Formats: sequence, C-alpha cells, structure tokens
Amino acid sequence: MNIIETENLSFVYGQGTPFEKTANDRLNIQIKEGEFVGIIGHTGSGKSTLVQMLNGLIRPTSGTIRLEGTDIWQSPKEIRKIRFKVGLVFQYPEYQLFEETVEKDIAYGPRNMGLSEGDIRERVISAARFSGLRSELLSKSPFDLSGGEKRRAAIAGVIAMDPDVLILDEPTAGLDPAGRDVLLAQISQYHKERKNTVLLVSHSMEDIAKTADRILVMNKGRAEMLEDTRTVFSRGEELERMGLRVPQITKIMSGLQKRGFDIPSGILTVEQAASVLAAYRGRSL
Amino acid sequence: MLKDVTLGQFLPGVSPIHRLDPRAKILFLIALIVFIFITSNYISLALVAAFIVALVFMTRIPVKMYLKSMKMILFIVLFTGIINLFYGRGEPLVKIGFLQITEAGINNAVFVSVRIAVLILASSMLTFTTSPTDLTDALERLLKPLTVFHIKVHEIAMMMTIALRFVPTLLEETDKIMSAQKARGADMESGNLIKRIKALIPVLIPLFVSAFRRAEELATAMECRCYQGGSGRTRMKRLHFGKADLYGLAACLLVLCGVIICNIFLPATVR
Repeated sequence: MNIIETENLSFVYGQGTPFEKTANDRLNIQIKEGEFVGIIGHTGSGKSTLVQMLNGLIRPTSGTIRLEGTDIWQSPKEIRKIRFKVGLVFQYPEYQLFEETVEKDIAYGPRNMGLSEGDIRERVISAARFSGLRSELLSKSPFDLSGGEKRRAAIAGVIAMDPDVLILDEPTAGLDPAGRDVLLAQISQYHKERKNTVLLVSHSMEDIAKTADRILVMNKGRAEMLEDTRTVFSRGEELERMGLRVPQITKIMSGLQKRGFDIPSGILTVEQAASVLAAYRGRSL
Repeated sequence: MLKDVTLGQFLPGVSPIHRLDPRAKILFLIALIVFIFITSNYISLALVAAFIVALVFMTRIPVKMYLKSMKMILFIVLFTGIINLFYGRGEPLVKIGFLQITEAGINNAVFVSVRIAVLILASSMLTFTTSPTDLTDALERLLKPLTVFHIKVHEIAMMMTIALRFVPTLLEETDKIMSAQKARGADMESGNLIKRIKALIPVLIPLFVSAFRRAEELATAMECRCYQGGSGRTRMKRLHFGKADLYGLAACLLVLCGVIICNIFLPATVR
C-alpha cells in the first residue's frame, strides 16, 4: 500500500516577485508503507522543499499530497496531526534544542501531542535508546553535549513522537566518519524494529547505498527517477549528468567488469565487493 | 511567512533611481520628507505627492511591492487619521455624541494620512533601490564631519552594515527554527496571548544561542583578516556624484520652489 502519494505537486518560492523560483515541478511520487527511500539530488534540486511539503510545513502552490489516501491539506486546521504522523528531522537539527535538560527537550514533541506523563517518559527513554544516546546524558543541559550527542538528542526529539513516516534531511552532515556510520546503523536498526517508513535525504551516495531500498533522484525541481537502489546506481552516466555520482565501490566494480572480469553488476557496498572478489579469486585459482 | 516582510528590502534593478548616488538618495529623501511637512495646502501637498509617485514609477519596481510595505502601516495611517478627524477646532459639521467633526478636522486627517503614507512610500523607495552596503557607505560619508566631535563614524557604520547584513540571515534562521519546532508539533497560531508568548520560547532560545555563536564567529573572521577599525582603510567601490544626481537635485529644487510658491500665494489649509 502507498503511504505517501503526490499528484502534480509543485512549489514556487516568491510567486509574483523578481525572486520567483520553482523549487518543485509537478512531482508524482508513490512511497510504499514500510520502505526505506533515499532522496538524492544536487544542491538546489528541491529535496528540502519536498520534504517540508510532505509533513505540511509549507503548503504546495499546486497539486496534492495524500497520506494514507487522504489529502493532508483537506482541513488546514488539523495540519498539526499530520506533523505527528510524518516526523521531519531538519538539517543540523541540534540548533533547535532549547530546554534545560535533554530529557525535557526530547519530551517536547510528545508533550505537544498531549500524551500522559507516563507515556512521555516511556517514549523519551525508547527514543534515546534508538538514537544511541546514553541514559546519563538525559539529565544534562543540551548545550553541554558534544556535537554528535546534540545531533542524537535532536533526532530523538522527533523519533519520540513515533511518526509513521520518519524523514531525515542530511542527518550525517558535519559528523566524523565514525559518528556517521554509527548514526546510519542506528537509523537502519530503527527502521527494522519499528517497520515504519523512512525517507533519508543525503549527499553521500555511500550512505544511501548502505541503507535505502529505493532511491528518488531529484534534478532541477523534478523527480527524475524513483527506482530500487541497484537500478538507480546502474545508471551512473545519467546521474553524473545531473551532478551526482554512484558510490565509489560501485564504480570500481563496474570498471572491473568492463575490463573483462567475470563479476556481477550492481555492487553497492564494500562488504559486498569483498565477498564477490573473494569468490572470484576462489574460482580463478 | 517571515520572508514576506518587505519593509526595508533591497530589490536589485537598473532604473535611473537605482543608479543614483546613495548619498544623494539619502539627502533627497530627507529633502522630500521636509517638503511634505512644510506643505500647507492641498495644491502643494498634491505637488509633492505627485512628484514622489512619479519617482516610484521611475524605479520600475512593481507597485505591488510598495503596496505590500504600505499594508504594514495601514493601521497607523488609519488610526492617526481617525484621531485627527475628531480633533479639529471650529464649527462642527457632524456631531456624534461627544465627538464632533469639523472642516479643520477633515483637513487635518487628510494631511496626516497622506503625509505618513508618502513618508513610507519615499523611504521604501530608498531601501528598495539601494543595497544595504551602499546605504551604510553613504551614511558613513555623510556623517564623516562628526569625527571632529570624536564620534566613531566608521564603527557606527560598520555596526549598521553588520546589523543590516544579518537581518535576512536571522529571519531565515527564525523561519528554520520555527519550522523545526512546528515539525515537533509546536502550536504558535492558537491560544491566548500568554500561551502564544510561551510558545515562542522554543524559538527564541535557539535563536539567541545562534546569534551569539554567529557574532563570535564573525568577530574571529574579522580579526583573522586584520580588521582594526576605520583608520587607513580604502574603499573598493567609491561613490560618485554624477550627472543623474544633478538632474535629481534640479528636480528637487524645482519641487521645493513649487511648494514655497504654493505656500506663499495660496491660503493655508492646515495650521
């Protein structure tokens, strides 16, 4: 079943001024319930605008978004309920922390939902666990945390609302390589355990290759492809024309294949490549 | 959204008004404001208003933008206009309870409303057609004589430049933080006053934190480039008082003559 569907979804910034700019141009996208979709695109391709429209933060200039079959702007007064169902983690979410303690900050979303104190407490603890935040940090001030911990705390603040769809806009930007890997693993883990839909916007093809079932490719405000990860990354030349690329390991492996090595195509991660190469060596010996 | 705030926004263009020397533009604006306040009858008021409207069309900026900036002060215009309506002396034309409307009251109301409206129109014209950097550069030049009194003109201008430069940045930041909190279910549009003020705390705290962080980063960046204040600094773009500015000056003088002649030879309607 499709959890999110868009129909001719468009957004124009500054309509009627000299700064008019089309950010999204007639998008028709279907996202299935429970899938992990990566969103890639060059800077300014309209990814951020799209994800903000998906949770009702900005209203489309034309077209519709359906969540579980109903138009999210059907009753604009109820839009807050949509935001609890579609959780959005912004870029550099650590700049939104404001409470005295991390615990209170994570509880901000659940409290806005009007949950009971007991439920809130439970959600804070499970969200902190999912985002890998050590429990002794919960009583600290968010401003005393390290950069990576702040990021986790902010992500936990959205996870605590237990949204049906979780959207993350470049959650790993500015983290060190180890921090990236751990955070991505945690997001994958969260997706597996909760079985809800996750949309991940990223500039890192490696991150996307590791996590996504399908990929949405955005270019100049249009949706160019929405296919499974292997298919998208097998179209490297098209991606390069849009200022994108395929994961390095995919490129290396397809290069080897072109030079006559008998290995399968569509290798997305270093681990896959290692096992494929090990098998190749076993055969040729 | 906050980005719709048009008051004081620069709209790039190539119109004759855009190309005027910013110093001249500031002086013209002051002159126009003086003119509009020395007018004492409808003919001279119409003359100045017509001059400013003509200039507005010369900027080649959509009239819609001006109307937008006027919309923000519409309340003030109406409020002062209505108050003035009831404060005229003389024979009452209409009486509603203890309130009375006189001919002088009507005249006052019209003058006050038109003056405020024209004031806003003229000032938006300046900010629409002049980039903030040009504006502060011009101010620095115009205030230069004050250095005699040990006033740090350059520092003041630099502070203004930085403040203006960060207005859009902070607005954008506010927008972003508001969106982020809204995404967590913040409700800023409903409830009573106290509830709404409380709802702003999650926006204000991150905003202050980031403003201080930005200030510190900027200070470091400026020191890294050996900024030491104004002494000995030269300019990349030098202001140039050209032919167009002379025409502007001539037009202003002409209007001034018109206003003075009208004021002398026609009976005064106000004051």
